This record gives sequence, structure tokens and C-alpha cells, in this order.
Amino acid sequence: MGEVVGQGLGILGIGVAFVIWLILSVVSYFAGDQIFLSMSGARKIGPQDHPVLHNVVEEMKIASGLPKMPDVYIIDSSAPNAFATGRSPETASVAVTSGLLRILSRDELQGVVAHEMGHIKNRDILYMLMVGVMMGAIVMLADFGIRYLFITGGRSRSSRKGGGGQAGAIILIVGVVLMILAPIIAQIIYFTVSRKREYLADASSALFTRYPEGLASALEKISKSPKKLESVSRATAPMYIINPLRVSERGLADLTSTHPPTSQRINILRGMGGAGHTDYDEAFRKVTGRAVGVVPASAMISGGKAAIVKPKEADGSTQLERLRQATDLLWRLNSYIFIACACGTKLKVPPPYAGKTIECPHCGRKHEVKRAAG
Amino acid sequence: MIVIVAFILAVVVGFATIYNALVQLRNRVKNAWSQIDVQLKRRYDLIPNLVETVKGYKIHERETLEAVTKARQIAIAASGGAADQARAENMLTQTLRSLFAVVENYPDLKANQNFLALQEELTSTENKIGFARQYYNDEVLRLNNKIEMFPSNMIAGMFNFKRSEFFEVGEAAERQAPKVEF
Repeated sequence: MGEVVGQGLGILGIGVAFVIWLILSVVSYFAGDQIFLSMSGARKIGPQDHPVLHNVVEEMKIASGLPKMPDVYIIDSSAPNAFATGRSPETASVAVTSGLLRILSRDELQGVVAHEMGHIKNRDILYMLMVGVMMGAIVMLADFGIRYLFITGGRSRSSRKGGGGQAGAIILIVGVVLMILAPIIAQIIYFTVSRKREYLADASSALFTRYPEGLASALEKISKSPKKLESVSRATAPMYIINPLRVSERGLADLTSTHPPTSQRINILRGMGGAGHTDYDEAFRKVTGRAVGVVPASAMISGGKAAIVKPKEADGSTQLERLRQATDLLWRLNSYIFIACACGTKLKVPPPYAGKTIECPHCGRKHEVKRAAG
Repeated sequence: MIVIVAFILAVVVGFATIYNALVQLRNRVKNAWSQIDVQLKRRYDLIPNLVETVKGYKIHERETLEAVTKARQIAIAASGGAADQARAENMLTQTLRSLFAVVENYPDLKANQNFLALQEELTSTENKIGFARQYYNDEVLRLNNKIEMFPSNMIAGMFNFKRSEFFEVGEAAERQAPKVEF
């Protein structure tokens, strides 16, 4: 009697786990990008809100040949980082932190955006989702296998004909070992695949911009920044351009990291003799010392070799200008009201002050705060 | 018997796949070409606004400003094929560069928000023209490769797919540094 109940509960457990896995997979596929964007506090912007960022994304959309312009988002954080999301090139989004906009020049920003567009073009988001789902399935099956053995093991062995018992025991042990190892192997596979796609996105960035140094110096600046990104979990970490959970440079080199070590990425980009995929593959093999490259053969036939094109004029903006531009935009998006005082100060007033009278902190002039437009 | 049917089926499917790939590439090349056009027209639309903004500041170098307007009219009217068009576009680029160099001497104009926004738009549009050409050339390479390589060359020959030309005219002139004359 107890055995039957135990078996029934075991099967029920398997059923529940399966249904949960199915729901998670479907929800991730259809709504994953929106969930992720709102979790990270991203605000959507239009062409007028931040012309430089929007133009850079549009330029990369043209260079990469994406069918549709992705949605552009800004995240209010001083930690520099960026990510792309979306299950197909037609439904893609790119998000960038205000910290990133502050420290990078136009060419460096273009390198980072090109890397994200590379993820979109190579369908990495969908690819990693599928790999994750498959790995989840493997882990689940391994779990069921162990449970099933525990549930039915005693019974079936006792009812087996004599003589087959020993072989059965060996198969049982091998099976258990595999089932214990499966989740670990699945994790290793997942992270290895994630790292490979990061290299490929770097290669795509170099090809689109024809200027690998842009991304290289951007990565250098980002990795030097001590600021940490909030609201990141292990689940969302793989989507960013640099591992936001990194503890130290060395920690990035292990098997459980979603991103390759930044120093290696920079060395490969700087070691490229051209901007094409073949050039990237050559530099990759030289820097890592591995015999097998990372770019698939089909990608090397077209887009194989391309010359590096240095950008024509240096970007004239300063960090202060870029910071002002990004933070002004965020204040406006949060419905702050802007008032130009006669003393030359631009006052940024939070929404609760609408309708009240305030004093300029510099000169003391009184201003009446109108309601924010739009 | 089943083996023969399966073989024929495989060949047909292979045919269709290659044919579709060729069609897709040819359409992408056409689309890429029209993208270049879109960006060129965008530049024409931005320039009158720029000229008006600069005029408001009464700069001394009137000829530089007029050169921009003239070059724009010539570029819009250019209809003599890709080479002529490219030459006209390069002229327009040179005049714009001269104008931006001149503006360096007028700090008020340089700080004008409208002017800065227009400068960003024009710089970006020139970048977009460059990237549109780059993408066009990339797609042309892909199409030509597919037309020439085995086994797709057989199907390309059967359905008369033609190689496309690279957008190379005018790049040599672009690499020369612009001469600013007053």
C-alpha cells in the first residue's frame, strides 16, 4: 500500500516539475525580453531623447543589415554596461546604462552597440534560451531517473530472474553516476556555449564597425570601472557585455563564467590584422593558443577578410557633457520639470513640486513650477 | 524504388533551398542599394535647416555657405549614373566639411543647440551613408560568392542570376583631405 502511494506521489512530482518547466520555457520565449527589461529598470527612448545613442544604434542597424530598428533603452545606473534582448531580429531591444554613456566616446559606444547587434543578428538570445531549456530538460530527466530508480528499484530487482542481478546492478550504478554528473556537465556546456557566443559577438562588432579598437578600448574602460550594477542575478548576468558579477579578473577564467576574460577579448581585438571574421579567428587562435578557432566556416567565406577603417574625426564631447546629456534625459523621462533661471542655472525640479513656488539655490529668484508637459 | 524516390526528393529540396538563398541574397542587395539612397536623401533634407541656422549668425565666409547650397542642388540633380552621383556626393561632403571648419571661429554659433543637433544629425547621416555602402558591398560579396561557387553556380546559371558590382567609385577621392579655401 505504502509503495503504491509512494509511486503515485513520485509520478505526481515528475508531472508537476514537467509542467513548471514547460510554462517557464513558453513564458521565457514569448515574454522573456519584456520581463528582463522591466527587471533592470530600463526606460525606452526615442530619437529626440538621446540623438547620439539613437543614431549610433541606427548606424549599426544599417551596417549589420537588421530588418528593423531595435527598441533603444536607457538604464539609470552609474555602472557601465549594456545588453541586448529579443527572440528574433524583428523584436529586438538594446539597453545601455547612463554610466556607459558617460565614459565612452562615440567610437567606443559604437563598438559596444555593434557587439550587442551582433548578438541580435546571430540570434544568440534565442540560442542561449534554447540551450538553457535543453540543459534544464537534461537536469530534469536526470532527476526523474534517480527518483524512478529509488521508487521502483527495490521491487523490480526482487522480481528479476536470478543470474541477471549482477549486470543489472552495474547498469544501475553507471546510470546513477551519469545522472549525478548530468547537471554538472549541462552547466559546463551552457557556460562554454555562452563564452563562445561572446567571442562571436566581438567578431561581429569588428566586422560591422570595421574598427576593432573601438570595442577594445571600450572594454578596457568598462573593466576598469569599479562601479557595480544593481538588480542583476545569475540568471540575467550572461546577457550583459561584461560579466556584471565578476569578482576579479582571475575569476573570469574559470569554467563557470558566462563571459571570457576581458583581457583576452581585448588582446584578440587588438591583435587583428583586419576587421573580418577570418582576421578575428586568426587573432583568436594566436592569443589563446588553441588550434581550433571560434568562427564557423560558413561565416568565414563571406565576411572573411575586410580592411580596418579608422574613424575620420575624433569625438569632441567631454565626459561632463555626455554625463549631463544622459542624466538630463533620465530626469525628463522621470517627469522632472526643467526651469531656466535668469542667473544661468538650469533647475531640475522633481514632480511633487508641480504647481508650487520654489527658489533658485544659486541666486534666490522665485519661480513658479508649471506642470510637466507630456 | 523507395530509394530512388527519396533521392529525387532530396535533389528537389536541395535545388529549392539554393534557389531561395540566391533570391534572398539578390533582394538583400537591392534593398541595400535603396538604403544608400534613403540616407543620401536624408542629407539633402537636413541641409537647408543648417544653412538657415548659420545665416542667422551673419558669418563673413558667405561663399563657403553658398558652396554648400550649390553643391546640394547639383547632387539632387545628378542623374548620370553611379559614378556621377558619387562624385556629386563627394563634392557636397567637402563643402560641408569646409563649412564646419569655418564655424570653429564662431563660438556663439558653435554653442547653439540647434546647430549642434544639426551637426550631430549630419555627421550621423554621413556615417550611415558609409555603413549603407559597406553593407551593400558585403551583400554583393555574398551574392557573387554564391553565384560563382559550387554547387550553387549551377542553379545560378540555370536561372540567370547576375553578379553585382561593388560600390567603389569615389572612395579614392574621399580619402584625400579636403582643401579649405577662403
